[in-house]
Amino acid sequence: MPVYLDHAATTPMVPAAIEAYAEALARVGNPSSLHTSGRKARALVEESRERIAAALDARPSEVIFTSGGTEADNLAIKGSLWAAVASNPLRRRVIASGIEHHAVLDPIVHLVDTGQADVTWLEPDRCGHVQVEDLTRALADTGDAALVTVMWANNEVGTVQPIQGLAEVARSHGVPLHTDAVQAVGHLRLSFADSGADLMTVSAHKFGGPIGVGALLARRGAALVPLSHGGGQERQVRSGTLDAPAVHAFAVALDEAVRVRDVEAKRLGTLRDRLIDGAMALGLGITVSGCWSPGDVEDRLPGNAHLLVPDAEGDSLLYLLDAAGVEVSTGSACQAGVPRPSHVLLAMGYTDREARGALRISLGHSSTDADVDAFLAALPGVVERARRASRRP
Amino acid sequence: MRVVAAMSGGVDSAVAASRMVEAGHEVVGVHLALSRSAATLRESARGCCTIEDAGDARRVADRLGIPFYVWDMADRFAQDVMADFAAEYAAGRTPNPCLRCNERIKFSALLDKALALGFDAVATGHYAQIVEGPHGRELHRAVDSAKDQSYVLGVLDADQLAHAFFPLGDTTKPQIREEAAARGFSVARKPDSHDICFIPDGDTRAYLTRVLGEAPGDLVTPEGEVIGTHSGAYGFTVGQRRGLGLERSSLDGEPRYVVGVEAARNRVVIGTADLLGVDDIIGDHARWCGPAPVGAVALGAQVRAHGAEVPCTAYALSDGTVRVQLAERIRGVAPGQSVVLYDGTRVVGSATIASTATSKAASSPS
Repeated sequence: MPVYLDHAATTPMVPAAIEAYAEALARVGNPSSLHTSGRKARALVEESRERIAAALDARPSEVIFTSGGTEADNLAIKGSLWAAVASNPLRRRVIASGIEHHAVLDPIVHLVDTGQADVTWLEPDRCGHVQVEDLTRALADTGDAALVTVMWANNEVGTVQPIQGLAEVARSHGVPLHTDAVQAVGHLRLSFADSGADLMTVSAHKFGGPIGVGALLARRGAALVPLSHGGGQERQVRSGTLDAPAVHAFAVALDEAVRVRDVEAKRLGTLRDRLIDGAMALGLGITVSGCWSPGDVEDRLPGNAHLLVPDAEGDSLLYLLDAAGVEVSTGSACQAGVPRPSHVLLAMGYTDREARGALRISLGHSSTDADVDAFLAALPGVVERARRASRRP
Repeated sequence: MRVVAAMSGGVDSAVAASRMVEAGHEVVGVHLALSRSAATLRESARGCCTIEDAGDARRVADRLGIPFYVWDMADRFAQDVMADFAAEYAAGRTPNPCLRCNERIKFSALLDKALALGFDAVATGHYAQIVEGPHGRELHRAVDSAKDQSYVLGVLDADQLAHAFFPLGDTTKPQIREEAAARGFSVARKPDSHDICFIPDGDTRAYLTRVLGEAPGDLVTPEGEVIGTHSGAYGFTVGQRRGLGLERSSLDGEPRYVVGVEAARNRVVIGTADLLGVDDIIGDHARWCGPAPVGAVALGAQVRAHGAEVPCTAYALSDGTVRVQLAERIRGVAPGQSVVLYDGTRVVGSATIASTATSKAASSPS
């Protein structure tokens, strides 16, 4: 079995969620049907909605189930922008951080490219933090903002953003704030109510639930134009038959993740620190990107280690580690499997050259000391070989 | 051995990879991303560059149970193949980008990276054979003469050949398709690629116009008389008959051809067929697949990918150039094309045609 260190891509389902999923899959019933089987399926969905809302400190009516994070991000951005423009055509600006996931970046770029919106990018500092003052300035300078979107925690370098402060500023300007919390939910202490965010994206498979289900949390006053029209499920903004088994497993996994969160954060933080310390102690010039201080599990995701290996290509490192039975990621999105320097690192001020040797190692609930040992044992040979491959004419 | 199987997504490289696996090698499939904008899907199969091709290659690797990666060589390809292609045309020459790709990408950038990462060799789906000879590995024509691709591999030197596998050279194309079908490969009936992969519509002149811009100039007779105009001398190749845009009335009934492209003066010279026959070629950028020939050697010469082989006498000169004297005149030999030299079925080497001439000895054009 390979050593799996790519939990930020997807993490194994937890046994309780698998059991709940399998059991629910065996039952018939469309939650929209009016008969007994339909009512039972609906009851399962609503009970799950309540559990999820409780785990995230939200109201059940604020939970809109989706097919996952990407759909929730698209609904938040396009749905908010279209609603804002419908009420006032002059409000057509999206203010976004430059380190968002492609599920946020690309809908914005699409809206801009098709003449439907304008955008202002907030550039982060070297740690990957978006500054509250920058948002204040952007809102004051533009005056036509329809939405602010800043992710809760970055998927590549793990930096946690000051969402509460950002949301406060956005609110004072009467602009809703969306946060993509896909990497944060289940891993960080988090309250939707206290955050001040109007919209928040959640994906179940990042904390032990199934792939293919997620949610957009939307305050009751949030105006959203639907992306898909049909049966009118989910507050009329997300039509489509509800996936009762997936929603059920989502709730079970989230409960479990939240139950063990604090202990698990400490455990993963310790593993992560050992991994980063160990990699930097190899004398290979490896550095950690963003800002890292040992023991910190609040400002950086507890399971995130993001390393920069000078004079090596990320895809060579990834291949060689894969061949050695260790599975990691370069962290940046691929186009047809082609690696490109990460837009996140470039936005943080790293050079194209520095960004090419990036490796994201992400730990999760199944990670052990032995996994860290295996990674550290494989690394020196891998780096040496990868450097040879990048020294070609 | 640890082998990288270059997998384009076509049927040939799929069977080549499967044969390497079957021969007991430790094989990793690699698809080269050569286009900077790969996010396109096309109906036909043109050999590279689309997401669909990468996906086809991945599915074959899945069936073979081998690891599969996409390696990005788009920048190298743009620089060493595409930019070179345009620059050669701009200089009035007619390049073969497939040769260039084999020399600079597949058996250089790809091979170097593979060797550095711990592999021993690269295998491709080219139709050619490698034979162990007295001076090391030799490159030979494939048994399927209709598919033989030894011409586009004629640029490989002994070092490159030492790390190459061409597992399809002993088999005919129809048999390869049968083998692919028998192995359950989805690409078994995928059409062959014919065009230059970065010009999928096959319209080279339109491509060059986009890259180089229009450069209007004159069509002239060998005597210098202006008989028409063109929008860019780079759009013409020696031996070309179509697309000259000449009024019928300006001709005296005989078919006219491009007999010369003068890049410096932006002129295209038009003449009759008798001016096309050449039998004396000077080539530079000589590459030898084994020891360089010494003195005058009787060999065969081939000047285009699917052209006929003509007997010749070749001399390798000390300055890296080669003189090739053909036993008969052949038509349509353009500077920039490669002349590949054969001894029987063995590839001796190649050179890029720098200039051509017609010897005094009278002989009729072939």
